[in-house]
Amino acid sequence: MITFIQTYGGQLLYKIWQHIYISGIALGLGVIIAVPLGVLLTRLKKASVVIIEIASVLQTIPALALLAMMIPIFGIGAVPAIVALFIYSLLPILRNTFLGLNGVDPSLRDAAKGMGMTNLQSIIKVELPMAVPVIMSGIRLSATYVIAWTALASYIGAGGLGDFIFNGLNLYRTDLILGGSIPVILLALLVDWLLGKLETWLTPRTTSNVRP
Amino acid sequence: MFLEMKHLSKIYGGNKAVDDFNLNVEKGEFICFIGTSGSGKTTTMRMINRMLNPSEGSIKLEGEDVLKADPVKLRRRIGYVIQNIGLMPHMTIRDNITIVPKLLKWSEEKRNERAKEMIKMVELPEDYLDRYPSELSGGQQQRIGVVRALAADQDLILMDEPFGALDPITRESLQDFVKDLQERLGKTLVFVTHDMDEALKLATRIVVMSHGKMVQVATPDEILRHPANEFVENLIGKDRLIQAKPSITTVGQVMYNNAVSITPGRSLKEALKLMHEKRVDTLLVTDDSGVLKGYVDIEQIDYNYNTATSVDDVMTRKVFYVNENSIIRDTVERILKRGYKNVPVVDKDKKLVGIVTRASLVDIVYDALWGDSDTTTHPAKDKAKSSTTDQDKVVKAGDDKS
Repeated sequence: MITFIQTYGGQLLYKIWQHIYISGIALGLGVIIAVPLGVLLTRLKKASVVIIEIASVLQTIPALALLAMMIPIFGIGAVPAIVALFIYSLLPILRNTFLGLNGVDPSLRDAAKGMGMTNLQSIIKVELPMAVPVIMSGIRLSATYVIAWTALASYIGAGGLGDFIFNGLNLYRTDLILGGSIPVILLALLVDWLLGKLETWLTPRTTSNVRP
Repeated sequence: MFLEMKHLSKIYGGNKAVDDFNLNVEKGEFICFIGTSGSGKTTTMRMINRMLNPSEGSIKLEGEDVLKADPVKLRRRIGYVIQNIGLMPHMTIRDNITIVPKLLKWSEEKRNERAKEMIKMVELPEDYLDRYPSELSGGQQQRIGVVRALAADQDLILMDEPFGALDPITRESLQDFVKDLQERLGKTLVFVTHDMDEALKLATRIVVMSHGKMVQVATPDEILRHPANEFVENLIGKDRLIQAKPSITTVGQVMYNNAVSITPGRSLKEALKLMHEKRVDTLLVTDDSGVLKGYVDIEQIDYNYNTATSVDDVMTRKVFYVNENSIIRDTVERILKRGYKNVPVVDKDKKLVGIVTRASLVDIVYDALWGDSDTTTHPAKDKAKSSTTDQDKVVKAGDDKS
C-alpha cells in the first residue's frame, strides 16, 4: 500500500480532485435546480405528478447509457459527465423537497397564510425550515449516487478515480482497482458525514436546550 | 356597521357549502357560528379573511370591500386562531407572538415590548418568551395562539374551534380569557364552535348553521327560549332546555288560562253566585273587551252586600298583575315577596289571559332546584293541577271562555 501511494500518490490526489470536482458540480447544479423546482411543484399539484414521473423515468436509464448519450451532444470529457450526473441527482432531491414541503403540518401553512404571510414568506420562513431534514436526506442520497457514478465517467474521458479502476480492470491490476475504489468509498462516506453535519446545522431548533 | 356579509355563497362543484349567508356584526360583538360538521360554519368564517374566496356575495369590513382588498394585507389586520394552534415549532414564543408585527415591519424594540405585554396578558412568566412551543403545555400553547392574533392590535379576531382539543378546565379558563378580550378590550370576535355550551357562554349572538344555510341568528337567551326549529332544539339538547327552563320560562307558559272573571256592571248577587259555582273567593274584574280592571273578593261583597248593587261599586281597582311575556325568573321573587295568593296575567293590551298561583310558583322553584328530567315541556303546569285543590281556593278549573 505504501508502495502504491509512493508510486501513484500525486496522480491519486489529482484524480480525487477531479472526482470531487465533477461530482460536486453535478450535485450542486442538482440542488440549485431541484430544490426550487420541488418547492414550485408543491404549488402546482397537477403538474407535480407529471414532472415527478418524468424525473423517475430519467432515473431508470442505465448510467452508462446516459453517459454514452451525452457524447453526441457534448462530446467527451468532463462536461457530458457533469450533465449526465446532474440529471441523476435531480430525482431524489426533487422528490424529497416535494415530499418534505407537503409533509409540513397543514395547520402551520394555514396559520402562516392566515396571519398574512405571502406565499414566498411562508415557504422561506416556515415550510423550508420545517422540511430541512427530508430535503437533506434527498441531497445525501443524491450525493452518494453521484460520487459512485462519477467513477463511470472516466469511460467518456472525464477523468476522476474511475481512471484507476478501469485501468486496473484492463490490466488485471488489483492494486489499481482497490486504489480507485477505496477512495471513492471513503469520499462518499466523508461527504455523507459532512452533509449530515450540515443537516443538523440547518435544521431549526425546537427546544431551548443546548444540543448535545 | 363593522362587518357586513351579504348574500354570501360558496359553491364547490355545484354543491353549496354556504348558501346565501347574511350577517351584520357591530363592533364589540361576540359572534358564535355553531353547527354540525359540514354546516359551512368554518367555510363562512374563512371567507372573511379570504382564506377562501366567496363564489357570490359581498363582505365589507369597516365599509371597505374585503373582496377588492389585498388578501395579504387584509389578513394582517384580522386576528386568526385555529384549532390546531399552529404555533411555529422552530420559532421561540417571542418570535411566534410577533410574527404579524414583524410582517408589518415594526422595529425590534417595539416588537419586544409587545411580546412582553402579551405574555403578561396571558399570565405566563416573561422568560417563557425564549422557550419553544414544544416546551409549553397545550393550554399554554393555545394562550400564545390567542395573543398571537392580538399582537398587531387587530380589532377583528377569527377563531376556528380554538379550544376543541383542550381539557375542560383549561378550556374554561381560555373561554374566560377571550370573553374578557371582547368585554374589556372591545375586540370583535367571530368564533366557530360545535359546542353549544361554549356558544351560550361566550356569544352575544349565535348563528346556527346547517347544510350551508343560516337556521337562526339570535342571542343565547332567545335561542334557549325560542329555538327556531327541531334542529336547533337538538343542537341545544333536551337536558339544556330543561335546565334553562326556570330561567327563561315566561309567565305565559306556566299560568292557568282559566281565571274566573266578571264585568263591573254585574250585580253583587251575580258575583256571589259565580264565586259559589266556581268555588273561588275572588273574582277578577274585566271590562267587556277583557281588559283587567281590578278584583273583588268575598269580604268586600259580604261587607257591602246591602249598600252596593254592582261589582263596580265595591271592586278594588289597584291590582298587581304580570305580563304573560315576562320571564318567571324576574317575576317569581316579586310575587312570592308580596304574599299574593294569585296574580292575574295580562297580555300586552292588558287583557286578562290567565292567572299564576302560588302553588304553581312553588313547582317552578322546586323544579329549578331539584328539576327532574322526566318532566318535559311544562312541568310546573302539570304538577300544579294536583296541588291546586287544597292550596288554592281562589281559582279553579272550569271557565272555558277565558
